[in-house]
Amino acid sequence: MQQRENQSLQIEDHLPQEYHCIVELVQPRSKVLDLGCGTGVLLKTLQMEKHVRAQGIELNEEAIQACVGKGLFVYHGDLDEGLADFNDKSVDYVIATNTLQVLHRPAVLIKEMARVGKQCIISVPNFAYWRIRMALAFKGTMPKSGQIPYEWYDSPNIHHTTIEDFRRFCRQHNITIRREIGLRHMPDNTCKEVKHFKNMLSDYAVFLVQEG
Amino acid sequence: MIAGSVGIVEEKTFTFAEESDPMLLECGRTLGPITLAYETYGTLSADKSNAILILHALTGDAHVAGFHSENERKPGWWDTMVGPGKAFDTDKYFVICSNVIGGCKGSSGPSSTNPETGKPYGLSFPIVTIKDMVRAQKALVESLGIEQLCCVVGGSMGGMQVLQWAVSYPDAVRLAIPIATTARLSPQSIAFDAVGRQAIMMDPNWNNGDFYESQPPAGGLSIARMIGHITYLSDQSMHQKFGRDLVGEQSYDFTTDFQVESYLNYKGTTFVERFDANSYLYITKAMDYFDLAQEGVGSLQRALAGVTASFLVISFTSDWLFPPYQSKEIVSALRRNNKDVSYAEIKSDYGHDAFLLEIDALSQLIVNFLQYTDYQAEYHSATA
Repeated sequence: MQQRENQSLQIEDHLPQEYHCIVELVQPRSKVLDLGCGTGVLLKTLQMEKHVRAQGIELNEEAIQACVGKGLFVYHGDLDEGLADFNDKSVDYVIATNTLQVLHRPAVLIKEMARVGKQCIISVPNFAYWRIRMALAFKGTMPKSGQIPYEWYDSPNIHHTTIEDFRRFCRQHNITIRREIGLRHMPDNTCKEVKHFKNMLSDYAVFLVQEG
Repeated sequence: MIAGSVGIVEEKTFTFAEESDPMLLECGRTLGPITLAYETYGTLSADKSNAILILHALTGDAHVAGFHSENERKPGWWDTMVGPGKAFDTDKYFVICSNVIGGCKGSSGPSSTNPETGKPYGLSFPIVTIKDMVRAQKALVESLGIEQLCCVVGGSMGGMQVLQWAVSYPDAVRLAIPIATTARLSPQSIAFDAVGRQAIMMDPNWNNGDFYESQPPAGGLSIARMIGHITYLSDQSMHQKFGRDLVGEQSYDFTTDFQVESYLNYKGTTFVERFDANSYLYITKAMDYFDLAQEGVGSLQRALAGVTASFLVISFTSDWLFPPYQSKEIVSALRRNNKDVSYAEIKSDYGHDAFLLEIDALSQLIVNFLQYTDYQAEYHSATA
């Protein structure tokens, strides 16, 4: 829990580059639930640009204050308890950005998301990015990157994954990937979509998935 | 902007439900005429859309903010929250607060004079409920020409009234802020209330509620208040406030040794001077009976199905009288009904009292909620 609290504080109050493609995935005037919504930057953007009905769940008290300050409706609590109140397919998009890798039981949450959401948007750093592979292969140390900047001992990330691992998980759990967007952060801090060898060349991935 | 005081304020009264047309109470009996003591701060806008109703807790009153005279030592009970530039900004909002029926601070209660006998009601005063209190408030709000309140807000028993307002009069509430409260009193809370009432009724001076011409049951009421205060604090706050500190040396007898004892004695004694023992019985009973699920034939979700207000539900981590899980029940029922609700659990060591003390965190939440949510509501209705 402590780990997640720390992590959400590091979300800055402007929309990170890798979230722009998420905004594009969301249909206007839909109902959106953002799990671990931090200070509500993504939800606010969706509310302004797509006129969505936005709701968030967040554990950090300061982040909750920030969300209320943006006119968002948020639930202060754990992700697991937060989803129990939602009926099957009662939300158009359940979103979890940079959240799965910090959870103790990500599989449980993904299944809950798929139950509640007509569609789900999940984004994670890709641990199979070639620089990460190189770091482990040649330096022999736990890899760090722009997306995974932590030392091994203070990282909130306890469940790293890769694009390939996520594909397998979805196959095994009756989840269909509707869109798979590989991203690479450029030196000028923009994001570029990776079209080929995604699992090797992307440092970040966004998935649009649904149950069945 | 520097937050200021509303200054010198005046208590007003509103009398309705005259004997010819008394109010039918939930218990089946009637009450009338009913007088409500109330105070208002700020100016009602021309379209009457900026009114905020504050609901007080068990021993509160209509005097939320400011001073009754220049000699008054302490301001109203939520002065930190109400005034120019404060969370409930009186430069912007018209703030109303009234004493509940059953109370002893100017509204009709057991210590008021029964017009039929010319004597105080005592136990002949009918049992009132949270719903009855809210009905009376509705009459007051209507008398001020206000059809819809911008916001209803209150902590503890005030929060119960907030919930009841949203359920009883959905069209009359735009925003609802229940703080440190519950949708139904837990057996533990009923138990504390019951012991408090027993203390009063065991006092020989209580005399079946007929003590207005003799000595009040000061000992009993004082003990009831002490029990109450224990439930308003927390283990942490007691450690911080008193520790095991002694008043003097250990006495080796049964006089007051510890600071915490001295504190409770002081709270008990001073309370007797300002509160009616019968009102304490009536109001705690009203809280005990409060179970919003009854409005939905046993289901809280169904009870809240018709509310239209947007909610900000606030709890405090160390509140063990109305713990966060009880606020979460409210939030859960609202969410299951697809209502707009935010929930914030403020980290605090102050226990239940936090709703009177965690002013910075509360103010920030409330200012933002009032400002943005109200704006949004307007935006949605304009674009609908």
